[in-house]
Amino acid sequence: MKKIEAIIQPHKLEEVKEALKNIGIDGMTVTEVRGHGRQKGHKEVYRGQEYMVDLLPKVKLEMVVPAGRVDEVVRTLVSSARTGKIGDGKIFLFEVAEAIRIRNDDRGEAAL
Amino acid sequence: MRSLNLLLLLSGAALAQAPDAEALKKAIDAAQSAGDNAWMLTSSALVLMMTGPGLALFYGGLVRKKNVLGTMMQSFILMALITVIWAVAGYSLAFGEGNVFIGDLRYLFLNGVGAAPNPDYATTIPQQTFMIYQLMFAIITPALISGAFAERMKFSAMLLFMTLWALIVYFPMAHMVWGKGGLLNAFLPGKIPCYDFAGGTVVHITSGVSALVCALYLGKRHGFPGTPMKPHSLVLSFIGACLLWVGWFGFNAGSALGSGALATSAFVATHFGAAAAALGWVIAEWMRTGKPSVLGGISGAVAGLVAITPASGFVKPMPALFIGFAAGVVCYLMCAVIKQKFRYDDSLDAFGVHGAGGTLGALLTGVFATREVNTALNKPLGLVDGNPGQVLNQLIGCLVAWGLALVGTFVILKICDAVLGVRVDPDHEIQGLDLSMHGEEGYILES
Repeated sequence: MKKIEAIIQPHKLEEVKEALKNIGIDGMTVTEVRGHGRQKGHKEVYRGQEYMVDLLPKVKLEMVVPAGRVDEVVRTLVSSARTGKIGDGKIFLFEVAEAIRIRNDDRGEAAL
Repeated sequence: MRSLNLLLLLSGAALAQAPDAEALKKAIDAAQSAGDNAWMLTSSALVLMMTGPGLALFYGGLVRKKNVLGTMMQSFILMALITVIWAVAGYSLAFGEGNVFIGDLRYLFLNGVGAAPNPDYATTIPQQTFMIYQLMFAIITPALISGAFAERMKFSAMLLFMTLWALIVYFPMAHMVWGKGGLLNAFLPGKIPCYDFAGGTVVHITSGVSALVCALYLGKRHGFPGTPMKPHSLVLSFIGACLLWVGWFGFNAGSALGSGALATSAFVATHFGAAAAALGWVIAEWMRTGKPSVLGGISGAVAGLVAITPASGFVKPMPALFIGFAAGVVCYLMCAVIKQKFRYDDSLDAFGVHGAGGTLGALLTGVFATREVNTALNKPLGLVDGNPGQVLNQLIGCLVAWGLALVGTFVILKICDAVLGVRVDPDHEIQGLDLSMHGEEGYILES
């Protein structure tokens, strides 16, 4: 099992969710986050007071998938979340030691 | 027109019986009084609406979200506090005859303030209507100052400050300009007649200049200017500013103290001033920073309303457009350039908008005031009427207001600091006024 963490542009969320649903991934956790990588922020001006805003709003998706499906999910994420511009986000992969379903104590991939 | 119809109707009725001139006059007076009183009560309510919710929303949106309730409370509590002070002594100190500087105690506890008009001020409405209308001005004026010390003043010290400020700065200034026998009164003649229709000196210079003193005395907010202190909700500020615009019709057109043509003229000038100023600020900002902001638009409208306030019952529509546009540009430069240069923390620009806009408006009133609009004095009014000396009178009026606000506010702050301490503890400031002063939060997302 691997955990896939994808940080994407907020406006791409619906498209990404739809693409994941089409390949049969229906479990995920979504969080509104702020951050920045290489994307430069923008300037805001309030009555002449300037602020550089470099932490930009993003959406973080987390999902745990069986090892055999990781490539397919990553490909889907990349193709559905991409605009081709700086700021599209990143995907990180983690090994998962165990998964447990709270309702009935299922373990491993059965719990996904 | 309505009284003419009534006149015809009544004369018809009178012809049927024996003509009774006395009864006819009484009926006409009653009709005019009813019309004027309706407008003045409406205006009173409109002016109260400027403080709550207007100013409370405008200022509340401009602070960080940890201070939204504390900021709104500063406006709201004045609706209660000043009302009580006004009822006990404030009205008398402002509008009792007294001397050139302050009223006497003849109306203490509103003694003798009832249904009968006070012919010195308004002949067609109950003195009680005049009293409650003027109260609404006494409420909003100190509330305007709170923009300068936002996010860092102790609530207890603010209450003491505002009480003393009403007594030492507002009531004397209101008396000097509007009270019978006041030094600057133009209609119940004082020594230096100064035209201030709805409060350029009394309301905006006093509050704006006091705001600057407060900003300097309290010092900068923790982290200013390095830490971002963006307005937490320009949506709230937008609603507040639009309510101010609407409420200002009561403020200025109501200052005609009747519902006649002068009220219409003031209404038109007010609206024109706000419109031109919104454009002035937005254009100046667009040229300088490349973007026309919403905050710029609403700030400009308020700046225009401030500047047209003293002029509203004296100037024609085209000068109103000019005064508004000038105020939009000047107040923008005050907030965006002068404040940035000197780095004082007038947090919500009470000085930049009310101090600067009020002074500009008071001076330009001396230029554009004309007997074609205001016939009460039946003599040339401003520069455009061929009375250039009036500009000097306006300048003296401004200097008196500046001086009283500077000295009075400094002394009051010293007293408050000695008695209570004016500034919140650094921990409380970081935590925010909502929690540290009031024990609650404006936005509770998990509930």
